[in-house]
Amino acid sequence: MTKSELIESIAAKITNFSRKDIEIIVDTVFLSMGESLSEGDKVEIRGFGSFKIKRREGRQGRNPKSGESIFIDSKKVPFFKAGKEIRERINK
Amino acid sequence: MTKADIVEKLYEKVGFSKKDVSHVVEEIFECIKTTLETGDKVKISGFGNFSVRQKRARRGRNPQTGGEITIEKRRVMTFKPSQLLKKAINTPQSKAVPTPQPKA
Repeated sequence: MTKSELIESIAAKITNFSRKDIEIIVDTVFLSMGESLSEGDKVEIRGFGSFKIKRREGRQGRNPKSGESIFIDSKKVPFFKAGKEIRERINK
Repeated sequence: MTKADIVEKLYEKVGFSKKDVSHVVEEIFECIKTTLETGDKVKISGFGNFSVRQKRARRGRNPQTGGEITIEKRRVMTFKPSQLLKKAINTPQSKAVPTPQPKA
């Protein structure tokens, strides 16, 4: 399922918003979640899961093509932990 | 950030009624869950992909007692962030994607 299919399927169920409005809502939801994570805040959706930022320390790496030794800068990576409800539903 | 904060953001950014919009937000996550239950994956461009992975049974240890246990085979949900999200997270305060505008 892609984002546009998600929008279609929601538009089919919710009648008091136009398809275009649903699209704006879906885009804004994921955009706000991304912004919140970018600011270092965590995102917690009850029943769904939580997103957190973890920091990866810089390390000495190697360019696999040339074999050259390079330094990989520290970076932040998003992590997702599935919530209880979805864990149980998926595993049925 | 919780669902309530997302609803608040929607109100600030596009001015939709909090009550009406919270149903849509609820439906977004419900729809993703239902799709994953069927085993299909959900791809949100600019954010990331949610998918279900089959894990095989394996030997494990109870970290509290040290006793050996069998971890049964199971299905787990995973999230793979998109390049765009990874980039945004590493550029502080960036608005990598423009804010969608409500129609006039």
